Amino acid sequence: MLKYIKHNLETIDGVAIYPIISLLLFFGVFLTMLFIVFKMKKSNIDEVSQLPLDSNSINLNEDE
Amino acid sequence: MEKEQFYYDNKIVKMFLWATILWGVVGMLVGLLVAFLFVAPGLLEFAGSDNAISWLSFGRLRPLHTNAVIFAFVGNGAFMGIYYSTQRLLKARMLSDLLSRIHFWGWQLIIVAAAITLPLGLSSSKEYAELEWPIDIWVVLIWVVFGINLIGTILKRRQRHIYVAIWFYIATFVTIAVLYIFNNLALPVSGFKSYSVYAGVQDALIQWWYGHNAVAFFLTTPILGLMYYFVPKIANRPVYSYRLSIIHFWTLIFLYIWAGPHHLLYTALPEWAQNLGTVFSIMLIFPSWGGMINGLLTLRGVWDKVRETPELKFFVVAITGYGMSTFEGPMLSFKNLNAIGHYTDWIIGHVHIGTLSWNGFMIAGIVYWLATKLWKTELYSKKLANTHFLIGTIGILFYAIPLYIAGFTQAFMWNEFNPDGTLVYGNFLDTVTSIIPMYWMRAIGGTLYLVGFIIMAYNIVMTAKIGSTVEDELAEAAPLKIISSGRAAGEPIHSWLERRTVLFTILTTIAILVGTLVEIVPMMLVESNVKTIESVKPYSPLELEGRDLYIREGCNNCHSQMIRPFRSEVARYSDNDPELYSKAGEFIYDRPFLWGSRRTGPDVHRLGGKYNDNWHFNHMLDPRSTSPGSIMPRYTWLIKNTLNASGIEAKLEGLASLGHPYSEEEIANARQSIATQAAGIVENLRQDPEFVKNYGDQNMQEREIVALIAYLQRLGTDIKAGRTAQN
Repeated sequence: MLKYIKHNLETIDGVAIYPIISLLLFFGVFLTMLFIVFKMKKSNIDEVSQLPLDSNSINLNEDE
Repeated sequence: MEKEQFYYDNKIVKMFLWATILWGVVGMLVGLLVAFLFVAPGLLEFAGSDNAISWLSFGRLRPLHTNAVIFAFVGNGAFMGIYYSTQRLLKARMLSDLLSRIHFWGWQLIIVAAAITLPLGLSSSKEYAELEWPIDIWVVLIWVVFGINLIGTILKRRQRHIYVAIWFYIATFVTIAVLYIFNNLALPVSGFKSYSVYAGVQDALIQWWYGHNAVAFFLTTPILGLMYYFVPKIANRPVYSYRLSIIHFWTLIFLYIWAGPHHLLYTALPEWAQNLGTVFSIMLIFPSWGGMINGLLTLRGVWDKVRETPELKFFVVAITGYGMSTFEGPMLSFKNLNAIGHYTDWIIGHVHIGTLSWNGFMIAGIVYWLATKLWKTELYSKKLANTHFLIGTIGILFYAIPLYIAGFTQAFMWNEFNPDGTLVYGNFLDTVTSIIPMYWMRAIGGTLYLVGFIIMAYNIVMTAKIGSTVEDELAEAAPLKIISSGRAAGEPIHSWLERRTVLFTILTTIAILVGTLVEIVPMMLVESNVKTIESVKPYSPLELEGRDLYIREGCNNCHSQMIRPFRSEVARYSDNDPELYSKAGEFIYDRPFLWGSRRTGPDVHRLGGKYNDNWHFNHMLDPRSTSPGSIMPRYTWLIKNTLNASGIEAKLEGLASLGHPYSEEEIANARQSIATQAAGIVENLRQDPEFVKNYGDQNMQEREIVALIAYLQRLGTDIKAGRTAQN
């Protein structure tokens, strides 16, 4: 069933680049995420953290 | 904008709550039974010792316990919390009451089907995926119903930003769907029997990609979601760090997927895959502890409240236990520690720290609190809740500590050498007998934990009695203004993402697919990962039937089939031949693989030819007759039951379509082949005068035992045949 794909994967030179790309992608995403998270405004954080606490209060989208 | 009035559906939460309590008691009771079977193997032989009851044997009951506590108890508990928190976090009633009810009843039906089929031996043997194909299809359907209900509710929400708890629910839905479907891919060969589309090493990798991530995405992520809602809610404090929760979420779901191979260290899985599993498992400490820190530090400033509030006490032990477990797991992923822990009770101890404290106590805390909301009343008895907490915590200690001791004891005994190079404990049973006292303690620990749980059940029943039901809870909120889906000026990226449900779901799916593809695709497609061994041939029809009996009886729950490349293991299991640890190429016809996770009994991969047929016959009839001190159950029904080989052609054809080299002729002659091979075995059995005296006049060649003996005698022999041919 897989023999058509198999043949191609085996004959690709340097197929090891693919897992390396995924690892680099992960670190790239992770570092970007860290950067974005530290740039977030405190007020925004406070707003969202309150969500479980006031389930019956005024909807937050009024503030947008 | 005008506020709308709507109602939260409390009835569905209540239904899940009762199911959680019921299945929790049932699942833990089965666990307790199984624990006592270790110390009293004849406990359930109600019809006498020569009439052992097949559906009450350890191998059939253990999967019932694992499935019940994971899917019935934690499953219902997670749904209970998800349905309550989702509606309130999104300020919307669930998308469809009908879907909610279908989800509920459909899920309970799965549990009942499991409770019937598993003791009957209708099992695939793959851990936490034992349910056979018709039930698998049903599971997928109900899961889709859950997903539609969940995502549909998110899409119709009145709260624009999706709180962290909901991200965890999305990740759970998506990942379990992927895992469950791909691990359970199997070719049906009859109404309740199928063969895995994967074989040997590849099946092992897929199984543990699934197995570890069933832990991650069924036992962890939904409960983390619940933690992020209920801990702040009950403590009345916002989560410690929202920033940390973002990093926690994405890192966790990305890393967890890769950890599967840590279940396969020092096995025949290729080194590169093992190493990936180790490295990523160690990295996993960071997001896991991020979650623990976030959960525990949410309680900063309100520790006095913890003293007064049983729910919070449960949460503190739960989250601490989560931290312990997620430290121990990565430690066990170091190959040197894994070499000690694998196949021992250390692993069972590890599992139960996670399940008893994290899963059990989180759910307990939530149940206590929800009862007061659903029935609009104080808890019937806070004192009883505190008693539960105390007994349960002590139970956890009595459960885990003896098992750590048992694990280390057994591992070191397996490894002990005399100065002349022979094993000190050459008889495997010496290692079993020495840990029986620990098994008694563990059973006591489990009893305490269950008693605590029953106290909770009583407390909740009484609370319901004194309270008044709130089936639909009135709430009001304004519907969302339509705003552009593009990112507004100055809108933080993650905040923007939190209001884009579908995009969020897609990104989550990509995150979990990366590890999946990198580890699995090369294993499937690159041939050099499984080196062919010329002399390895498929099983004969009789041996195949025997293998299916091994699976039916759940022998893999106590016996492994993977000899690791250790001096102690080749000495014990391969006649001291250093070349004869288990090789990947030996398993190419094993559908499913049967490497096992635990050695309550010895490894059997090279059992073939070690004992004569009579030994096997007597051992199955009464294990203690050949092996004094053994705690193995009796398999008297194998001697009494006629082998049902009517499905053999379908089985061989199925396997042939999956690549096994069975010719049409061989398939046509299958029954003849069975009769001939069986007759040969019975002839061997007749060498024993005792056998002739007791069974001489019966048609033993038509019984199941003969098939099982054929399989056991074949185990691990092919590779040896190849070597003698070369010599």
